Amino acid sequence: MTGQEIGRARLRKEDARLLTGQTNWTDNISVGGLLHLAILRSPMAHARVDRVDVTPALERPGVVAAFSGADLAGGLGSLPCAWPVTEDIVLPDHPPIAVDEVRHAGDPVAVVAARDRYAAADALEAVEVDYTPLPPVLDLEAALAENAPLVHADKGTNRCYDWPLRAGEDFASVRRRADVTVKRRYHQQRLIPNAMEPRAVVVVPVAASDEYTVYSSTQIPHILRVMLAVVTGVPEHKLRVIAPDVGGGFGSKLQVYGEEAIALAVARRTGRPVKWTESRSEGYLATHHGRGMIQDIEIAATRDGTVLGLKADLLVDMGAYLMLVTPGIPILGAFMYPGIYKMGSYELNVTGVFTTRTPTDAYRGAGRPEATYAIERIMDELAVELALDPVELRRRNWIRHEEFPYTTIAGLTYDSGNYEAATDKALALFGYDKLRAEQADRNERGDGVRLGIGVSTYTEMCGLAPSRVLRDLRYAAGGWEAASVRVLPTGKVEVVTGTSPHGQGHVTCWSQIAADVLGVPFEDVEVVHGDTRAAPQGMDTYGSRSLVVGGTAVHHAATKVVERARKVAAHLLEASERDLEFTDGVFSVKGSPDARRTLQEIAFETFSSHDLPDGMEPTINAGHVLDPDTFSYPHGTHLCAVEVDTETGHTRIRSYVCVDDVGRVVNPPIVEGQVHGGLAQGIAQALFEEAVYDDEGNLVSGTPADYLVPSAPDLPEFVTDRTETPATSNPLGVKGVGEAGTIAATPAVVGAVVDALRPLGVHDIRMPCTPERVWRAVREASR
Amino acid sequence: MTRISVKVDGTAYQDEVEPRLLLVHYLRDRLGLTGTPIGCDTSNCGACTVDLDGVSVKSCSVLAVQADGSDVATVQGLARDGQWTGLQRAFHEGHALQCGYCTPGMLMAARDLLRENPHPSADEVRHALEGNLCRCTGYQNIVRAVLAASEQEVTT
Ligand code: FES
Ligand code: FES
Repeated sequence: MTGQEIGRARLRKEDARLLTGQTNWTDNISVGGLLHLAILRSPMAHARVDRVDVTPALERPGVVAAFSGADLAGGLGSLPCAWPVTEDIVLPDHPPIAVDEVRHAGDPVAVVAARDRYAAADALEAVEVDYTPLPPVLDLEAALAENAPLVHADKGTNRCYDWPLRAGEDFASVRRRADVTVKRRYHQQRLIPNAMEPRAVVVVPVAASDEYTVYSSTQIPHILRVMLAVVTGVPEHKLRVIAPDVGGGFGSKLQVYGEEAIALAVARRTGRPVKWTESRSEGYLATHHGRGMIQDIEIAATRDGTVLGLKADLLVDMGAYLMLVTPGIPILGAFMYPGIYKMGSYELNVTGVFTTRTPTDAYRGAGRPEATYAIERIMDELAVELALDPVELRRRNWIRHEEFPYTTIAGLTYDSGNYEAATDKALALFGYDKLRAEQADRNERGDGVRLGIGVSTYTEMCGLAPSRVLRDLRYAAGGWEAASVRVLPTGKVEVVTGTSPHGQGHVTCWSQIAADVLGVPFEDVEVVHGDTRAAPQGMDTYGSRSLVVGGTAVHHAATKVVERARKVAAHLLEASERDLEFTDGVFSVKGSPDARRTLQEIAFETFSSHDLPDGMEPTINAGHVLDPDTFSYPHGTHLCAVEVDTETGHTRIRSYVCVDDVGRVVNPPIVEGQVHGGLAQGIAQALFEEAVYDDEGNLVSGTPADYLVPSAPDLPEFVTDRTETPATSNPLGVKGVGEAGTIAATPAVVGAVVDALRPLGVHDIRMPCTPERVWRAVREASR
Repeated sequence: MTRISVKVDGTAYQDEVEPRLLLVHYLRDRLGLTGTPIGCDTSNCGACTVDLDGVSVKSCSVLAVQADGSDVATVQGLARDGQWTGLQRAFHEGHALQCGYCTPGMLMAARDLLRENPHPSADEVRHALEGNLCRCTGYQNIVRAVLAASEQEVTT
């Protein structure tokens, strides 16, 4: 490796198009004869569908076709769940469009295709549907009771699965010998992802040959192609999936959605190109939600603060159906509950529960924020119980830097890290001692505005995933990633990646990686992605895997290119390969620097193929499919200071400091930007966001007016910094960053709010800590 | 159908439109000016912000017929002869965009702010952008970029 691109603050190649409006969002795509789809959705949480009549809609102006679920049922199979976490998991049928029963508000019942989007929306009113209401299933515990109404009557239970994990000493015996145990119940409220670009899909039939190009605002064009083939019966090689510009995903576009299958089915039935674009309010009902979990957590420790063991019981809201990886989300988190702490006993049980609400699935951190919240919050409670400073308690239990690699009680081997360094740096930046002094002073004075300090020392599991681990966890697909590097005859470079970005800056970072290995200018590299024809092999983008797995694959592919080019260079220079040096894109013979060939020259020589080594395949292009051996484990320390007005219940974030260690950094501003975005979400879960349902199962927070996505004045200036402990499991030393802020921030912020109010007798507040909840907690505590 | 004439990014258009047609749909679907995206149906997100006769508006909350006789500026008209505005440069240099979906609205709202208040404080920038949601950036770099652009105006 010769270059200096990695670590450099390159400005993004992606920006020019985005800053000038020359964008290619799915909803921008238009072709002749396009039909617009509108979908009629259930207004009820649970009902039998007795009759759907679409014929009146066909009489409306501009309408070309209309279908009920029964009309399309022949051509549409069940939507897939690729992660049946246990052998005896309950896997209900999931029709893309309901046939005889609707199971959440927003479940599709009919689709109309019209010549413009207004006409399509109007015609929905004419569709006639008769429903017989059925009882909603909303409470996770009640849903498991005998005789509870059933979401899927044919399954005889609302219990989807039980997934246990036991490690080390039996927790019951640990509990007996512990000096202290602390037990808490935490609620992970449902969150609505709100990627700024609503979901959209355009399907264009290609000639009269049952071939289709599917444009989708998706994170997973490759997985989507496989699954659409399975669901619709259109053979995979007749499907081309393109993810054009995608306006954010955060997991919500890591999905195979009914609407994508419906659009393909309607294009097939009508022979016309179709487009469906969700409205935001429709997305609230139809795009999967995140979180949705009750956590019962118990921790056991000795008087001096040594943690002995942890027990976690999770009740997880699947919603009405299992989407692509719904059951697996808590399993991803299951390994992270012990966090960065040493302990000898760990017991966890996950119970998946069906409810008549929008399905849940991966969202920003996916299982790991929930785990980190639980362990970090209960460590705070344990600190209170032991009258220890929360940072000191963590210090006594975390893995020390000289102990890496360290295998945790959950069985993960953390390769590298330095929790001491990150924490010390964060404490200094934050001014921890000074803030604690101010807090004591305010408490003493009985100030109406209390200061609270929250800390979160998190780690996460990135680089999803070693395929053999996925096999053991019963996930259907592998976790590899593909890349190829092509040096064109003129010496310019095309990198093809199987990752599919939606704001993360892959084009820039992958260019930096390839430029470094090849010794070519950054500007000479182009990155091709997001089209199953142009980038045929891939596992796509989610879970902070792209750089660790996909970026490393680019590195390996580029390295293979250099090795092939070396053979050609040796031949042309009449030297042995061992005698060649490769620096800044130039092969030269050791000791005679005038004997040299540039990579570009070799690319052209290979193109002409006039003089290659005997028997050599005439190309230096190379591909690499990387299946990682292990995960990567970024970590960090986040500190938050809040001021809580005990009169109004209002929380103001006074300062937020984080020091993240994401291993080696490819592009520092991009890393910082990702941390900022994650923090916004982590803070929002702590203070603002919640999907609220009423007793009937209606989504009350059904529009952005009722669901508080923070805007600029709701968030503070962040102080971000980093330490760098390179990963040892990949040659780049990278660990992944996309979800760090989200995972770390929520417990830091809630911890701070609770810390502010503890002197008033408040020991917990349910998220989000809205002014009303805080105000009530203060009132109740003082009664 | 109602007859309207509007100027968008310097080009004049004459059209017959349904009275209920939203300006944003007129721009996107009729004129093909898809640089202005739609993020919501409740006028909460600001993605669709454009400039209507010198005032920044959410084009999803204006009817095309209300724009009759007006001058509309969108993100697609900001750059002149391939030269970006100071704001566009500042967004690029300050990594103030990730997926870029909110960016047209952010640029148009920030432009409006700087016209009214060429030297805002960070707080003023945050408040001016209150109606524009971004799910990627956490706003910090956007705020800094707007401040950076406001400083450049002084020196250049
Ligand atoms: S689309 Fe206009 S404000 Fe959201
Ligand atoms: S950059 Fe993605 S929404 Fe703002």
